[in-house]
Amino acid sequence: MDTGDTAWVLTSAALVLLMTPGLALFYGGMVRAKSVLNMMMMSLGAMAVVGTLWILYGYSMAFSTDLGGGLVGDPFEAFGLTGLLGEDALFGTIPATVFVAFQAMFAIITVALISGAIADRARFGPWLLFAGLWATVVYFPVAHWVFDFDGENDPGGWIANRLAALDFAGGTAVHINAGAAALALVIVLGRRQGWPREPMKPHNLPFVVLGASLLWFGWFGFNAGSAVAADGVAGVAFVNTLGATATGMLGWLLVERIRDGRATTLGAASGVVAGLVAITPAANAVTPVGGLALGVTAGVVCALAVGLKFRLGYDDALDVVGIHLVGGIVGTVLIGVIGSAAAPSGVDGLLYGGGTDQLWRQAVGAGGVLGYSFVGSLVIGFLIKWTIGFRLTPEDEIAGIDEAEHAESAYEFSGLRSTGGPGLARSAQTLATAGKE
Amino acid sequence: MKLVTGIIKPFTLEDVKSALEQLGVLGMTVSEVQGYGRQKGHTEVYRGAEYTVDFVPKVRVEVVVDDALADKTVEALADAARTGKIGDGKVWVTPVEAIVRVRTGERGPDAL
Repeated sequence: MDTGDTAWVLTSAALVLLMTPGLALFYGGMVRAKSVLNMMMMSLGAMAVVGTLWILYGYSMAFSTDLGGGLVGDPFEAFGLTGLLGEDALFGTIPATVFVAFQAMFAIITVALISGAIADRARFGPWLLFAGLWATVVYFPVAHWVFDFDGENDPGGWIANRLAALDFAGGTAVHINAGAAALALVIVLGRRQGWPREPMKPHNLPFVVLGASLLWFGWFGFNAGSAVAADGVAGVAFVNTLGATATGMLGWLLVERIRDGRATTLGAASGVVAGLVAITPAANAVTPVGGLALGVTAGVVCALAVGLKFRLGYDDALDVVGIHLVGGIVGTVLIGVIGSAAAPSGVDGLLYGGGTDQLWRQAVGAGGVLGYSFVGSLVIGFLIKWTIGFRLTPEDEIAGIDEAEHAESAYEFSGLRSTGGPGLARSAQTLATAGKE
Repeated sequence: MKLVTGIIKPFTLEDVKSALEQLGVLGMTVSEVQGYGRQKGHTEVYRGAEYTVDFVPKVRVEVVVDDALADKTVEALADAARTGKIGDGKVWVTPVEAIVRVRTGERGPDAL
């Protein structure tokens, strides 16, 4: 065991967990004031549900011995993690439980990412059910495909080993996966009341900036932590997580300046996320200059892609498809073009004379995850819709999902409205009675 | 007695307030309102989607004054609120039938 590696991965795990509340702020600021709490609760709910399942059987499905074909690990081998508690239970140079913790955060945020597409209209209970089912049927197996490298008596996942597509920190398993699921759920749930006729402006852009900042901060753990060591690979990933994100923002702002006339705050925050998404699979596969090129490409492409929903008529409320699916594909596939043997992964892409060998591997990996996630999410989504129902009633949606689903409102400005109410009256009565006795 | 109502640009409020104070008008009620006249709204863009905002933020000033003071009040209010650009607002006068000071029960001009 290496204490330096262990300390860094423990730190990274906490950094990655913070991304999910960061995402709650990023998404929460973008919705209208009447649905910010539900938006945040979808992220918090993912933490609760997926955190639980990961400990019970999620880790085991993703990282235990392959059951065949590189498709899924044995869910019972490390069920409840009891078998991983000994001093000799190691993952590389770190205790197995530290790796469990680090990977848990990836599962959580992937599920939370999906929620932005279905803002304002999904009932909370069905969302939690979806989170649990989707993690089980889609995320845990896909994490096995992409992140479980072969061991002594274990062939591992098919994308990581047989296909040998490069995905350092989850361009396929996290972003393409979440983006494809988002597209499926938008089809299952349909448009929001009034979209796209009514204006649905972000209600709190400072929240969006705060959220994007926490995402960027946590993402250093996401990418540099994926080295699973405190070493030079982590350093390269860290630098690329800075560079690609910087140019991602510049690329997005450039599109806005040319197309809309103004560079916007929302554009800056969105460009940050686009750059982060694209560098995720490539953080150890491109040089720092390659990272800059990848980031600006993602910023420009995603800024253009978010407009497609209006043409196609899909109400992907917070552009999960336009940023995570598109950005994930850009990052994953471009490894086959601008990947450089000078970077730690040591594979040359098309531009560096590596030919098309890595390019097709990347495309197949991206397509495989996209297809499986899209179909799996459609099936789970429709199952929930046809049994317990997924959507809010139109009346509740117009009044606001926070009130309908959580009996709360995010902002209380009016002094007049805060007087009375049955809740207050009831507790006041109790106090008065207690005083008399 | 007259009710003088002005819809003005928000940043002129301080000037309007001091102009009315100099005239001896005691007290005023203000509220933040939105509306449009000939001044157009503006356009906002979020991730490339354009939203036209028709209503412009304004401040509504209301003062009740004695008949003799009404014209001067209108004049002072309009002068203080004027920038010469489109969207400066409107001032109008309406008759007030009765007025009561809640604390003392005084009525009419004494209540002002």
